[in-house]
Amino acid sequence: MVPDLHGYGWMLLRGLELTLLVGLAALFLAILLGLLGAWGKSSTSPIARSLAATYTTVVRGVPELLLILLVYYGTPTLIQNLSLQWGYPVFIDLDPFWAGTLTLGFIYGAFATEVFRGAFQSIPPGQLEAARAIGMSRSLAFRRIVLPQVWRFALPGLGNVWMVLIKATALISIIQLDELMRSAQIAVAATKLPFTFYFIASLFYLSITLVSILLQQRFEAWANRGTQRA
Amino acid sequence: MNLSLVINSLPQLLSGLLITLEITALALAIGLALAVPLALMRLSKNFLVRAPVYGFIFYFRGTPLLVQLFLVYYGSGQFRPELEALGLWTFFREAYFCAVFTLTLNTAAYTAEILRGAIQAVPYGEIEAARAMGMSRSLLYRRIILPKAFRIALPAYSNEVVFLFQATSLVSIITLLDLTGVARVLVARTFAVYELYIAAGLIYLACTYLILWIFRRVEQRLFAHLRRPEAEKAKKLTGAALP
Repeated sequence: MVPDLHGYGWMLLRGLELTLLVGLAALFLAILLGLLGAWGKSSTSPIARSLAATYTTVVRGVPELLLILLVYYGTPTLIQNLSLQWGYPVFIDLDPFWAGTLTLGFIYGAFATEVFRGAFQSIPPGQLEAARAIGMSRSLAFRRIVLPQVWRFALPGLGNVWMVLIKATALISIIQLDELMRSAQIAVAATKLPFTFYFIASLFYLSITLVSILLQQRFEAWANRGTQRA
Repeated sequence: MNLSLVINSLPQLLSGLLITLEITALALAIGLALAVPLALMRLSKNFLVRAPVYGFIFYFRGTPLLVQLFLVYYGSGQFRPELEALGLWTFFREAYFCAVFTLTLNTAAYTAEILRGAIQAVPYGEIEAARAMGMSRSLLYRRIILPKAFRIALPAYSNEVVFLFQATSLVSIITLLDLTGVARVLVARTFAVYELYIAAGLIYLACTYLILWIFRRVEQRLFAHLRRPEAEKAKKLTGAALP
């Protein structure tokens, strides 16, 4: 049985495309922030360490929805109020796509930080000592020894981060970005068929999850190539 | 920064926190009660028992909570005549009921999966020993498997509790006045955007770490017999953990 979508099927598909775009862009940012955060956590500088600790503590202790509201509505107001005080009025109108991407990337960067921290610790320290002993610089050793191996340990955790992140993109609908969830809302407002459209949207999310699980297995097999299995 | 406004709104924010905690506690209690039979059914050898539970868990873990919430709260309207005939419409009309209903099913799915992993992680030797002593299946589950599984599941379950506590903020989208909902109403009234959201965020943060602290205390009590006294002593002496 195929339900009558009243011509809104294409809109849902475009919403799906935007959801995937926001999700992938946010994941990219989260990986960058995660590497940076993991570096900060293992740094010898107490400032970098406490900055990274505050970042992960605060972000993981506050709901995503509140953080999205804070970044999307709070940051422009804060900047405008400050700039008004200093006598240079600046007015900011955040683009929902970038606001959503930046917020989700910022939030899941904290989770990625923990993933990478664990992954870096899983690399045997003897390998780094050996690299230093044959005269590699710290950055070269990082590039040649640590980075190629860190994916193997980080992939299961990053897969989880991605799965949670892509579901969290639904929250971006409250800042008026026409991703999958908001497309469904628009269709519901016009057709008065809430169950039909939200159910179809949920099946889209479910298929993203399903494809992600299959891809993750592929990636893990690729990252683990050449390693011995018990 | 408008600090006096934040202090004046504190009573309202705390009344919102009360709703948040109420919904969390209700969903967790009912969800856990559902999760135990679900986990057992998920492990059943009978395909007809296992498959629907597997589908339920997969659906609720694979879709966003917001979609689930909208499906129940707005989607139920599409079946209003049917629900009215069954006398259930009075429930589904209420945002509060829909919120607790959805969050309960959601946490039941996640908790069932945690419990499934824990039940499978119970050492086989313990089950063999219990069988060798002549325990019946139900006694085996009651005395050996489930108590052990609950202990194994506790660290993962504490994460689930924190996630659910934070996820309740979504109920503000379906008009409930929980902590986030109160903050949003106050922001709309006063335009003190970041002050109020930061205040609400700090309350969430404090509660999250309180929950984690409580779980750590419970774990310490439950696992007291597993701590190695020599290692503890060495730790005190050298100030470092032994491998």
